[in-house]
Amino acid sequence: MNLFGYAQQFFDAPGRWSGADGIPQRLLEHVQYSAVALLIAMVIALPVGLLTGHTGRGGNALSVLATAARALPSFGLLVLLTILMGLGMTPVMVPLVALAVPPILVTTYEAIRAVDPALVDAARGMGLPRWRVLAQVELPVALPLILSGIRSGAIQIVSTATIAAYVSFGGLGRYIVDGLSQVDYAKVVGGAILVAALALATLGFFWALNKVLVSPGVRRR
Amino acid sequence: MIVIDAVTKRYPDGTTAVDRLTLEIPDRSITVLVGPSGCGKTTTLRMINRMVDPSGGRILLDGHDIRERPVNALRRSMGYVIQHAGLFPHRTVIENIATVPRLLGWDRSRARARGLELMERVGLDTALAKRYPYQLSGGQQQRVGVARALAADPPVLLMDEPFSAVDPIVRKGLQDELLRIQADLGKTVVFVTHDIDEAIKLGDMVAVLREGGRLAQYAPPAELLSAPADEFVEDFLGADRGIRHLSFFGTEGLELTAEPIVAEDATTEQVRAHTIPQTPYVLVTDTEGRPRGWTHAADRAAGLPTELLPYGHAFTYGQDSLRAALDSAVLSPTGWAVAVDAEGRAIGVAAQETIAAAIRGAHATVGPRDSVRGVLA
Amino acid sequence: MNHGGFFEVPSDLQNTWWGLVGWQCELALLPVLYGLILALPLGMLCARFRWIYPPVLGVATVFYAIPSLAFFVFLIDYYGESDITVEIPLTVYSLVVLIPAIVDGMRSVSEDTRAAATAMGFGTLRRYLQVELPIAVPAVIAGLRVATVSSVSLVSVGMLIGNEGALGNLLSDALSYHRPLLAWDAVLSIAVIGVVLDALLVLARRLLTPWARKATAK
Repeated sequence: MNLFGYAQQFFDAPGRWSGADGIPQRLLEHVQYSAVALLIAMVIALPVGLLTGHTGRGGNALSVLATAARALPSFGLLVLLTILMGLGMTPVMVPLVALAVPPILVTTYEAIRAVDPALVDAARGMGLPRWRVLAQVELPVALPLILSGIRSGAIQIVSTATIAAYVSFGGLGRYIVDGLSQVDYAKVVGGAILVAALALATLGFFWALNKVLVSPGVRRR
Repeated sequence: MIVIDAVTKRYPDGTTAVDRLTLEIPDRSITVLVGPSGCGKTTTLRMINRMVDPSGGRILLDGHDIRERPVNALRRSMGYVIQHAGLFPHRTVIENIATVPRLLGWDRSRARARGLELMERVGLDTALAKRYPYQLSGGQQQRVGVARALAADPPVLLMDEPFSAVDPIVRKGLQDELLRIQADLGKTVVFVTHDIDEAIKLGDMVAVLREGGRLAQYAPPAELLSAPADEFVEDFLGADRGIRHLSFFGTEGLELTAEPIVAEDATTEQVRAHTIPQTPYVLVTDTEGRPRGWTHAADRAAGLPTELLPYGHAFTYGQDSLRAALDSAVLSPTGWAVAVDAEGRAIGVAAQETIAAAIRGAHATVGPRDSVRGVLA
Repeated sequence: MNHGGFFEVPSDLQNTWWGLVGWQCELALLPVLYGLILALPLGMLCARFRWIYPPVLGVATVFYAIPSLAFFVFLIDYYGESDITVEIPLTVYSLVVLIPAIVDGMRSVSEDTRAAATAMGFGTLRRYLQVELPIAVPAVIAGLRVATVSSVSLVSVGMLIGNEGALGNLLSDALSYHRPLLAWDAVLSIAVIGVVLDALLVLARRLLTPWARKATAK
């Protein structure tokens, strides 16, 4: 049977669209895990990236930190934390957050650094206080790049949140993990398609966010 | 008045950007800081709005040390224009201009009305108000930069090489615009440039700085040209400062000859009557009196077919300088400059010798030093 | 049986610690190499013909969005539980990181430099190899760093598809025998490999671009 056949078999299966193991419920769980992880990552990475970018200090420390976080294997971290702490949400969240922090942190730092120094000079010269220079000049100008960093973190979280199922949580990974253990390929394929679709939807969401949040004067560049 | 009092700026690496500089910058006039790169002119400007803090000395604004005021309040009371305008790309033209008024708490509609008024003042079409900076030409962006600096009507305007990134024709337009705005508003302008011509054109006072941030000379431009303080200033002014100095002498006293001018429909008798012994040519004008070109008087009077020689360009009598008159004479194939009135009608011509005499006369009344060397050589 | 040794690998994995490290590097680095080989001409095309870039980037991002586990599973159908199944997705992920890096690097070559090379009589290919590529090296290596480190840490997921995860295979043993040390071993070994490879790439950049040393030193 080919992928298309598996997919059809999966989506046509009875009870697939309702109940605790139905697609809507699993999708919701997946989005919840992803959103929480992304929010935590943003709360950690955005302020640090904005401040280091604004002051221009700590760039090297930042890149070492980002490399280290990137080098941590998400799946290994999940297993390790589960063994150490038992089943729970923390072992799931830590690897997901660790995954999204480096791209957000590094792009935010670099986006702020890349803002034309003449703009900052003009803003200070007009008497904007430092926080206003950051919030009203550097941030809006750097926003497209910053959003691209958050987007890449979000995509990685969405596609990796499948690992939650490995330690008996829900989400779309449930289909993949269950399918593997039950040798039910249709389920695995169906789960994978759903995750990929959700990742694409995330791309679309950020595309729309970009349209709404970024000034046309900056987007055009 | 801005008083720069024995100000020094030394950086931690030991370089001295500004060295015990003392300047009094008069109100309601344009003071230009000019000099080669590394002379500390930009640093000096940036110390006035405390973008840079001096390591020694003090700066007084209307008698008060600028450090007495909160730094951002000080900056909001001084317009600031920089080289590439530094417009905020994420804000429209009108939002850019309204930045400081909004900071000062003006409501949106008042700031907007003020922005539109300023766009007109700096020669921008108000239809551009909703555009973003990337949609403007370099010259337009710079105009927005000036409008933004003027928005809250600050008494002081600091300009850091504002026109050096645009092409010469646009730059000339911007300079003329600045002089026009200054004539209306009478701001205290401090203007930094590395272009001595720009300094002489715009400045009421010009401070020439040398490497290491020391003052070489501080004088009105005419004095700078006629009496450079030392060799450095003389070098910096360039080879033809004598010619440039002529920009400061008017043509109102220049003796004109009205004789050799005829209309294009003049009869051979009229042409003969207007021929003078000093030149074989007569100037032909159209029936309105506007100059068209020189022609050979004897041939014209004899009814022979003649062609018109170009007259170069005319100078406006009483308004243009002796430099323009001399230039007109040099460029004319006959050696005679054509003077026109404000409406562009030819009112007389002047020979090179006449202009040279006027130059000698002007120098005799003004300057003791040898500033005519360039002209007579 | 001694359960305590950090570098002691359970016998069911039929491998030594060093063997696993070697396998991990092979599974991680070959895809980056394949990715680089594919990305160089693709990146050059994208930099030259601007209109190709958005669609190429779009397709690459779609592949990037497929979770690694799901990607592995799709391929089991074709290649069984083998190294190739793990290497193909990792190659694709590397491509997604490397293509933009190469395009950015190419675009960082100033128009003046390009024009000067053309004026001196460089052909397109020669100019690409001798002028543009060297100038683009820092950007390309920046991309390689991200691709390599991600690749090393992603390999472990291969454990889920039948012990194809090199050091990641320690994780299933850690869970089934409840031996945290094995999990520590996997996580730390993988992280250290990533950091070491990253450092090697930084070193390579220093050696390859001596002219940029001053700029990076500040």
